[in-house]
Amino acid sequence: MDFNDTDVEAAYREQVRGWLTDNAAEYREPPATPWKLDEFIRRSKAWQAKKHAAGYTGITWPRAMGGQGLTPMHSIIYGQEEGRYHAPSGLYSIGLGMCIPTVFTHGNPEVVQRYVPKALLGEEVWCQLFSEPAAGSDLAGIRTKAVKDGDDWIIDGQKVWTSFAHASDFGIVVCRTDPSVPKHKGLTMFIVDMKAPGMEVRGIKQMSGGSDFNEVFFTGVRVKDSHRLGDVGNGWKVALTTLMHERLAVGGKPRHAPGYETLMKLARGVEAPAGGPAIEAGDVRQRIAQSYINDQGIKLTQMRALSALSKGQIPGPEQSIAKVVVAKTMQDMASFALDLAGGDGFVTGADGDPELAKLQGSYLGAAGLRIAGGTDEILRNIIAERVLGLPGDLRPDKDKPFNAAA
Amino acid sequence: MNFDFSDDAKALGEQARKLFADKAGTTAARAAMAKDAPAFDAGLWAEIANLGWTAARVPEAHGGLGLSAEETCQLAEAAGAYLATVPLVSVLLATEALLLAGSDAQQARWLPGIADGSVIAVVATNEPGAVNPVALSVKAADGKLHGVKSPVADLPGAHLAIVAAAGADGPSLYLVDLKDAQVESVETLDLVRRHGKLTLNGVAAEALGDAAAYQAWLDRAAVILAYEAIGTASSAMTMTVEYAKTRVAFGQTIGRYQGVKHKCADMFIKIELARAHALHGVAMIGSDGGELRQAAAAARVASLDAVSYCAEEAVQLHGGIGFTWESDCQFYYRRARALAATIGARGWWADRLVRALELRNRAAA
Repeated sequence: MDFNDTDVEAAYREQVRGWLTDNAAEYREPPATPWKLDEFIRRSKAWQAKKHAAGYTGITWPRAMGGQGLTPMHSIIYGQEEGRYHAPSGLYSIGLGMCIPTVFTHGNPEVVQRYVPKALLGEEVWCQLFSEPAAGSDLAGIRTKAVKDGDDWIIDGQKVWTSFAHASDFGIVVCRTDPSVPKHKGLTMFIVDMKAPGMEVRGIKQMSGGSDFNEVFFTGVRVKDSHRLGDVGNGWKVALTTLMHERLAVGGKPRHAPGYETLMKLARGVEAPAGGPAIEAGDVRQRIAQSYINDQGIKLTQMRALSALSKGQIPGPEQSIAKVVVAKTMQDMASFALDLAGGDGFVTGADGDPELAKLQGSYLGAAGLRIAGGTDEILRNIIAERVLGLPGDLRPDKDKPFNAAA
Repeated sequence: MNFDFSDDAKALGEQARKLFADKAGTTAARAAMAKDAPAFDAGLWAEIANLGWTAARVPEAHGGLGLSAEETCQLAEAAGAYLATVPLVSVLLATEALLLAGSDAQQARWLPGIADGSVIAVVATNEPGAVNPVALSVKAADGKLHGVKSPVADLPGAHLAIVAAAGADGPSLYLVDLKDAQVESVETLDLVRRHGKLTLNGVAAEALGDAAAYQAWLDRAAVILAYEAIGTASSAMTMTVEYAKTRVAFGQTIGRYQGVKHKCADMFIKIELARAHALHGVAMIGSDGGELRQAAAAARVASLDAVSYCAEEAVQLHGGIGFTWESDCQFYYRRARALAATIGARGWWADRLVRALELRNRAAA
């Protein structure tokens, strides 16, 4: 048993390291001040083009689609090595991770030819338009409708929680095309031009103060039938293939989020409520241990999954526990740490402590992380149903026509 | 990356699960609860010895197979899953101590008997009044031990005890031949596994390694016991999940209710976190890696959390029937206490984990 690369993996890692050393020098340190959106997009595009020229994009994609035809381990190794730098990331993760694989799996040849190469090169940015105000955990409850009009479809409705919609050129959108059949059966997926007449993107200001997501409004937006992905009424199955690609992404604690080490550092510097350094207080040590067990437990669980991938096997169900543990651990650890800091843990702005500010950010962000990409509750359902084989929740609307369900 | 058991170790675990499914499990555990039941299932023990499980970890020079800690952990998990009514985990823990700290003579004296199943060896860390495995009142002096160790798992019927006692340079391990020792049985919450009291009135004892060896053994013991706990936790979870698929309330199986299924999901989450740390521990034993202390402590704490949660919620989700004497839930509920009460409690190990992290940080600074 070991944590070492195979010979093939080691050689690839060496090659990637060499390339990054030569090409990513400017991203060795984080930017002194966070990039503004324009700057972020400009840098993201330049970096993607550079990677593309060197053969580090579409690592697992088929060669026919412009990819490298390599294994998930190659992609993970590239990600680990790039992760040592602070290169702009995220702008393409949804588009190339989820949208474009759906396009090349379900699109017609002209559509594939038109969109896939430019997306991979980074010239065009993509977003995923799935969630709606009334379709969150219950994603199939989509109300945005598409109605056939000659060779076109006309889309009306609203999407929400769309990352990078404001920076995107195109998106994939799931619409209801037949409300007279049960909800999973009346959906169809389309490619939509984000700059088309009738599209409106509005930023959402989050509880944490940031704006990572958007609302997208569709008013009589025209889409050609050639831009349909998969058969009419087959949109749910197409959406599932999109989400399958998401499952390959090995999720864990956000890279720079505070963990048990942050708590240890803080506890060395503050006094315990009963006196003495907090690091020596029994309850504090128990919480440090718990944070370690959760943070490091997920990291080790991911190594189990990587070992399976490395052997060409499919990872077991254990990685399904990652996000539900990570998000709640972040929240619990941050609130405990801020408590330890007393009143200082509450002060922000010019009078605030920069180290505590990171914990405050983590505390606010964790509340969103517990919801995004599957709530704690939905993820527990998934573990119970898909891993343990327990029956699904009763769904009174499941087999009724969408427009007849309560 | 190869962070997984070897195929050979997995195959041995599979063989153990098959045999225990047939010869151990809750029916056998219930039979073992009877007051006049033997200390352990001698027929099953003979079969285990014949299959070479007690020899697995023993070096070939001493009549064993010379296999790794991976095999030991696979066997411990299977024993835990089926509440096996044999002293297998005790013998595995003792074997590890002899391997780690035994002189050539000590290994030659005891390991061949362990390998062929004729010597039942147990480990004695607990003692009355001691809340952790390093604050010991049993004293070693002039080759003799003074004091009382209790409760000691599988002591009745054992031949050799490996006793933790306060030595000149700190708490260490000592070998005690039980033919000269005073052994009485002790009642505990666990009605299946026999426990005993070992009274040491100046009994002759040989030192087994030094104080550092005792600390190193505690790490290995924590990993092995974590696998036993993971096995027990998994069985409690499986039993509960199966019940939730069949028990009907308010017109549907209770497994459809999120109040039930989310607890089942939490059982799985806690077991998988424990598995991750326990596997880290096995990897570190195999490589003598520097992270063994933190991995072992994390495995110990996470596995106790898993087995306590699974055992407690198993009773809860079974409802009233789970609280009856006839239900198998009590075996897991009681065994969880036995697991928590060996080699030091959860709180001590959580503190040991943080100390290991502090040492690592200091070394890195």
